[in-house]
Amino acid sequence: MPWTRDDLARIAARELRDGFYVNLGIGIPTLVANHIPAGMDVTLQSENGMLGMGPFPLASEVDPDLINAGKQTITELDRTSYFNSAESFAMIRGGHIDLSILGAMEVSETGDLANWMVPGKLVKGMGGAMDLVAGVKRCVVTMDHTDKAGNAKLLKTCTLPLTGKACVHRIITNLGVFDVVPGGLAIVEAAPGVTRAEIVQKTQATLV
Amino acid sequence: MTKIYPDAAAALDGVLFDGMTIMSGGFGLCGIPEKLIAAIVASGVKNLTVISNNAGVDDFGLGLLLQTRQIRKMISSYVGENDTFERQYLAKELELEFNPQGTLAERIRAGGAGIPGFYTKTGVGTLIAEGKEHKEFDGQTYILERGLVADLSIVKAWKGDAQGNLVFRKTARNFNPMMATAGRMTVAEVEALVPVGTLDGDTVHTPGIFVKRIIAGANYEKRIEKRTVRESA
Repeated sequence: MPWTRDDLARIAARELRDGFYVNLGIGIPTLVANHIPAGMDVTLQSENGMLGMGPFPLASEVDPDLINAGKQTITELDRTSYFNSAESFAMIRGGHIDLSILGAMEVSETGDLANWMVPGKLVKGMGGAMDLVAGVKRCVVTMDHTDKAGNAKLLKTCTLPLTGKACVHRIITNLGVFDVVPGGLAIVEAAPGVTRAEIVQKTQATLV
Repeated sequence: MTKIYPDAAAALDGVLFDGMTIMSGGFGLCGIPEKLIAAIVASGVKNLTVISNNAGVDDFGLGLLLQTRQIRKMISSYVGENDTFERQYLAKELELEFNPQGTLAERIRAGGAGIPGFYTKTGVGTLIAEGKEHKEFDGQTYILERGLVADLSIVKAWKGDAQGNLVFRKTARNFNPMMATAGRMTVAEVEALVPVGTLDGDTVHTPGIFVKRIIAGANYEKRIEKRTVRESA
């Protein structure tokens, strides 16, 4: 059975390591915060200027001066520090963030990522995504394996405008986990009951 | 010479002109200079180029300046929450330049620091890199991005004093400190204007040299864009 959204977050949480500084994107990546293993020391960075992001607030704790990069109200922790946007992206671009988990529209077999723009549709902007994929040490993508019509989203070459070139290290889809390796994508793990034949049929990228 | 002005309209007197470039602080609706934006709306100044990470929502923040069609061009990283913006952009009434968020922040930081350009790896191999100088350093490709300055920067801080020293609060800091450095004229609005000597010099985020005029705002709306709460355990 293919993985659910929450399964994807749980599996993506396996990427976390003790002592990591991590930036989580909007959507499924945000759910990864619910799966940080007990006892593991992970610090979440929010690119609007916060290191050490806590859970959503109680209704009584809501503070308009305290939001995450998705503009949701959030809380601080004992370890929290605040900084301006230039310093925030110095952390990101400067390679100080260990891991970024973010969503994607398409990924190519060389690790190119497209997740910000569909030509002809209204473009909302790339926000911090281009800086994240260019700067963080490891970039993991969570996404649906195909679009709603069943078309492959793991491609030989992205058709959409890129967010970054050769920047993705691992892809976690509802069908399996894939690593970007020389020559194409390697199947690390398939979701329970998902066969290699099904993955091959739903993937355009070269599988090695 | 005092930097303190009685209100937003007075602080912007003689500063505004049609076709000018304005930097406006904030991330989403967090830390936006809501009093100064309202005064710019009331002034009727038009054909503005506005540099701001976001474009507000339809009826608050920079969305108010979009509704009155005072903005000609936006330089932003993300404009997703605004129907007025979408309508004007699709009707080609509004020009839009997207910058990656970190590139935008660094362009402003550089502009304020007298640095006309810098190389970054952000956007290499994407549409953002088209037409820009590429250069190799230590085997990696980078693109040249230009520093940004503005005719006017409007920023919002938590506390400030008559010297123009500013202290920001939590994630309301965001783009405000860099923008304060990159305006030929910088006007700050603060929630609390405190006596000189009250702020600890070690904790001042923006030194007063960058701030030319300052006002104390009152009755801040500080609207929340996405109120997200958890149930108590």
